[in-house]
Amino acid sequence: MSLAQHLPALQVVLPLISAPLAVLLRRGAVAFAIVTAAAWTAFAIAIALWLQVAADGAISYHIGNWQPPWGIEYRIDRLNSFVLVLVSGIAAVVLPYSRASVEREIPRESHYLFYAMLGLCFTGLLGITITGDAFNLFVFLEISSLSTYVLIALGRDRRALTASYQYLIMGSIGATFIVIAIGLLYLMTGTLNLADMATKLAAIKSTRPVLAALAFFTVGVSLKAAIFPLHQWLPNAYTYAPSAVTALVAATATKVTLYALIRFYFTIFGESMVFKSLPLPEIMLVLSLFAMLVANFVAIFQTNLKRLFAYSSVGQIGYITLGLSFDSVHGLAASIMHLVNHGIAKGGIFLLIGAIVATLTTRQGMPPAPTFDRLAGLAKQMPLTCFGIVIGGFSLIGVPGTAGFITKWHLILAAIEKDQWWLVGAILISSLLAVTYVWRFVEVAYFRAPPAGSAPRGEATYALLIPAYVLIAATIWFGIDTSFTVDTALDAAQLLMHNSR
Amino acid sequence: MSNDLVLRVIGRLLIPFILLFALYVQFHGDFGPGGGFQAGVIIAAGLIFFALTHGVDTARKVVPDWLVETMLASGVLIYAGVGLAGLLFGGNYLDYFVLDHNPVHGQHRGIFWVEVGVATTVSGVMLKIYYMFASRSGSED
Repeated sequence: MSLAQHLPALQVVLPLISAPLAVLLRRGAVAFAIVTAAAWTAFAIAIALWLQVAADGAISYHIGNWQPPWGIEYRIDRLNSFVLVLVSGIAAVVLPYSRASVEREIPRESHYLFYAMLGLCFTGLLGITITGDAFNLFVFLEISSLSTYVLIALGRDRRALTASYQYLIMGSIGATFIVIAIGLLYLMTGTLNLADMATKLAAIKSTRPVLAALAFFTVGVSLKAAIFPLHQWLPNAYTYAPSAVTALVAATATKVTLYALIRFYFTIFGESMVFKSLPLPEIMLVLSLFAMLVANFVAIFQTNLKRLFAYSSVGQIGYITLGLSFDSVHGLAASIMHLVNHGIAKGGIFLLIGAIVATLTTRQGMPPAPTFDRLAGLAKQMPLTCFGIVIGGFSLIGVPGTAGFITKWHLILAAIEKDQWWLVGAILISSLLAVTYVWRFVEVAYFRAPPAGSAPRGEATYALLIPAYVLIAATIWFGIDTSFTVDTALDAAQLLMHNSR
Repeated sequence: MSNDLVLRVIGRLLIPFILLFALYVQFHGDFGPGGGFQAGVIIAAGLIFFALTHGVDTARKVVPDWLVETMLASGVLIYAGVGLAGLLFGGNYLDYFVLDHNPVHGQHRGIFWVEVGVATTVSGVMLKIYYMFASRSGSED
């Protein structure tokens, strides 16, 4: 038995086992150690899988040794090995951070449950990404969603409960739509294996149940991925969740559901059905433009920093769907690379905001909301934290030298390739909106005098700063060395487009 | 309700049979309707019946909170452990064929332990939910 051969199963199983172990041992510190170890191992496995797929092509793993299409197959190709690295990487960074942040934000007696939920959450996300079985995908979607509802509800602000409830309702509607779509597809093809489903669907593409499945799936995933205008749950959920949770969810959850959308569109329904015979590219284009312009515009007027960047997430998801709507290799590649480019930047920013919240929290006190009046003049007291947020903000704007620029560059290339010059203008306008909301933070933190009578505060502790700076450094790294993001994304996009024609 | 003598006596009479029936459903799951989930619910129903007739506090002494949490965690671990056992014996994850020399017996052995895991977790979760609702009687929050 060689262990390397079983990495696909261990990728999901090790985080899954860490969660009940954390509950069993009932000690916050032990639970933290176990779940963190699981996250790091998962990250190592994801990198190993990515290397393996890059070298030898797709991996297929048969759970329980039942051959597909009967058994559950885990199938790893260029696209999902890339997303696996993102999810496990973010989890590996957020977990060490969570220790210092959770101590201030969550009652001590429920720490071990918090870590168990965190473990379940990224187990679910990894599972959605790795599986090649439609129903298995739904089960993992539920695992990640249910644990996310709990994690959001753990926020100390009472409004976290309503935010979580709102997400629960919207998320359940989304999940129901997704399971209806999977049910219809199962009815029409008699199989749940994604690859097998794709071959069997080829003959019955334009039948009504298949079209209905496509519609249900699109709407369900749009709810889960907060695609404009179905993003209503997102700003509240991100604002009131504990800091570590916001960072994990913002950097991974919407990205993984967008991955599921790409997977279903290109692998199962096929690019020709989704984009050629239906007006979906046009609809997607219009909605993406609304997301990029409206959500970024709304972000400018927020007074809570977390909420500001939550709206910015809706705008950034607009870039991802914009790339999809081009229906070209370059557009798709831009979408895929933005999963990572946006995930790391937004994850880093939310970790740093969490560091501000933790530093403003007095012992045993309620963590204050990071509103702009509290942040005035903060740059003098917390220079590293504020500088990190500005660098992350540069990536959201798309300043050259940051990861965000790489995505925008490829989006613009894809637009020019389609002779859609006016879209270049739209991308630039939405970047200007991003400049405006990042500038609001800069103006308040760097140029405004601290509120009179406020206690002097020091820099955040290194336990909070180092994980955040790992992600901020990654946004710079991927803005300069694009061999990981761009090459994988282009490869994955080419494979997807080629296979679905 | 916990002071009702008739209910208490009937409860004490019935609970052993409820638990026995749960075991029947559990072990007969291979051949007929039933299995770990149903058995777990029936076990929890028996214990909740005890809590209803004798009071939640008495029930908490019989099945304390730490035991409930241990149950719900260890069930998942048993399930996942069966999967890992498949790896150790040289098969894939959750491979039951390798759990015995005879692959059919291996399947039996695998599903038996998986169902044990399911029953443990399900009864733990049902009890946990019941305890959490029962303890919310206006004292806190």
